[in-house]
Amino acid sequence: MTEATRDEVCVVAVAECFRGDGELLCNPIGVIPMIGGRLARETFEPYLVMTDGYAMFAANAMPVGVPGADVVVEAWNPYPQMFSVLWNGKRHVMMGASQMDRYGNQNFACIGDWHKPKAQLLGFRGAPGNTINHTTSYFIPNHSPKLFVDHVDVVCGVGYDRAAELGPVGSRFHEIRRVVTNLATMDFDSPDHRMRLRSVHPGVEVDQVVEATGFELVIDDTVTETRLPTDDELRLIRDVIDPNDTRKSEVRG
Amino acid sequence: MIPDKRMTEEDVVATLADGMTIGIGGWASRRKPMSLVRAILRSPLKDLTIVSYGGPDIGLLCAAGKVRKAVYGFVSLDTIPLEPHFRIARQSGTVEAMELDEGMMLLGLQAAAWRVPFLPTRAGLGTDLLRVMPDIVTIRSPYPGPDGGMGEELVAMPAIELDVALIHMNRADQGGNGQFLGPDLYMDDLMAMAADRTYLSTERIVATEDLTAEGSFHTLRISRLMVTGVIEAPNGAHFTECLPDYGRDEAFQKEYAATASSPELWAAFKEKYLDVADEAEYQRVIGARS
Repeated sequence: MTEATRDEVCVVAVAECFRGDGELLCNPIGVIPMIGGRLARETFEPYLVMTDGYAMFAANAMPVGVPGADVVVEAWNPYPQMFSVLWNGKRHVMMGASQMDRYGNQNFACIGDWHKPKAQLLGFRGAPGNTINHTTSYFIPNHSPKLFVDHVDVVCGVGYDRAAELGPVGSRFHEIRRVVTNLATMDFDSPDHRMRLRSVHPGVEVDQVVEATGFELVIDDTVTETRLPTDDELRLIRDVIDPNDTRKSEVRG
Repeated sequence: MIPDKRMTEEDVVATLADGMTIGIGGWASRRKPMSLVRAILRSPLKDLTIVSYGGPDIGLLCAAGKVRKAVYGFVSLDTIPLEPHFRIARQSGTVEAMELDEGMMLLGLQAAAWRVPFLPTRAGLGTDLLRVMPDIVTIRSPYPGPDGGMGEELVAMPAIELDVALIHMNRADQGGNGQFLGPDLYMDDLMAMAADRTYLSTERIVATEDLTAEGSFHTLRISRLMVTGVIEAPNGAHFTECLPDYGRDEAFQKEYAATASSPELWAAFKEKYLDVADEAEYQRVIGARS
């Protein structure tokens, strides 16, 4: 087995976000997130429920980026039902972001003044409902100071300071588990829930992450390295889940 | 007895007026009632409020100057994630926006369908959605909170009442019983019930007794109770997908999206495909492309 590349480290870091979730809808959005979710299910979280990317829950390890791949349908979950599932809370979503601040407030609606944006992006989409109803993680393939900023232009996904303002009742379903980027993994396990550097990917220096982040991260005395994929995980990624190497279009090795 | 509600796209447009609020079914670039959208594009209608899980319907109507206000959770072409014509409209400030969480929009339509003024939700709390759209407010639950204390504060998502809804179904009978054969109904049933009048276009009108020939009774989710008029429009969702009848015309969608880069390209596209006599002429023009 040849050595793991950065994209594969990211896949495993994503998979680790779902560890302990048990029987929950694992709903990663994006190429590497989808591969990571499926890897988690093929290894240490076998009871996760996952979609086929459309209206079905698919019970098999569907390969990504393979049109017409077989789907073993275990349930029908069209959009109206998806909202019921997420309001019910049995879901852990992984979304992207165009901007994020130190408390995990996320924006992908637009850049600039919302009333007349410089750049219209996705809109609020599902971020408000997701972040206030169930666990959320993020995957950011381009860790940069333009993305990790002091203040986001529009808060779509709720961060920890905003959640705290809602009080213990209003925020009782809010959790941002992890933020995985092409350089590192972050979490919010700090006294005031500011973003903390959890681990750097192999080959990345802590200073690199600091420079690529537009606010001050919480950094413990010793920062661990993100774990490498096992041989079994590499085989699953390369041969079963992503045989066409679509992951390399999102993060370069 | 099943009434006969058949009509044409032009008949539908004749019932519409400037300033109306129109809901459009489907989702992004999927099963959109495009033949009806094209009929609006050919008409002098203006100042419309369009409510949609948005795709090229909103983009086209914005580009043609038909939209005063757009109500949406997103506007996307699926394979082209950001709708380029809609982006231009937003960035130039030519359309007013009510930009919702996707689930909030479902609740707004559901509230209108059930004829209640709002439905409560947690979605929106803690975000800037309530800051940029101060018309959406919170409400305190009259019941004790989960800790036994004060009732919890929730967003009161207002009803989204529609003058008219436009939806596209795979099959229907002449009375407006509609059938979806693809993977998802989206919010088309809620749109139909949230509207004073609903016009349903369909790939094919079939006899009522044949409605279960191609799909089980579970696919018969639109009742004629909700439908004012039925329009037979084969390939009517073009260029959006209408599974299982046909997929998205990706080449045409790319051609459409590329016209956002210059007014000249848009003008040429409009002249060639949109400023045609009627839907039949449109279908002839696109049929001659390949």
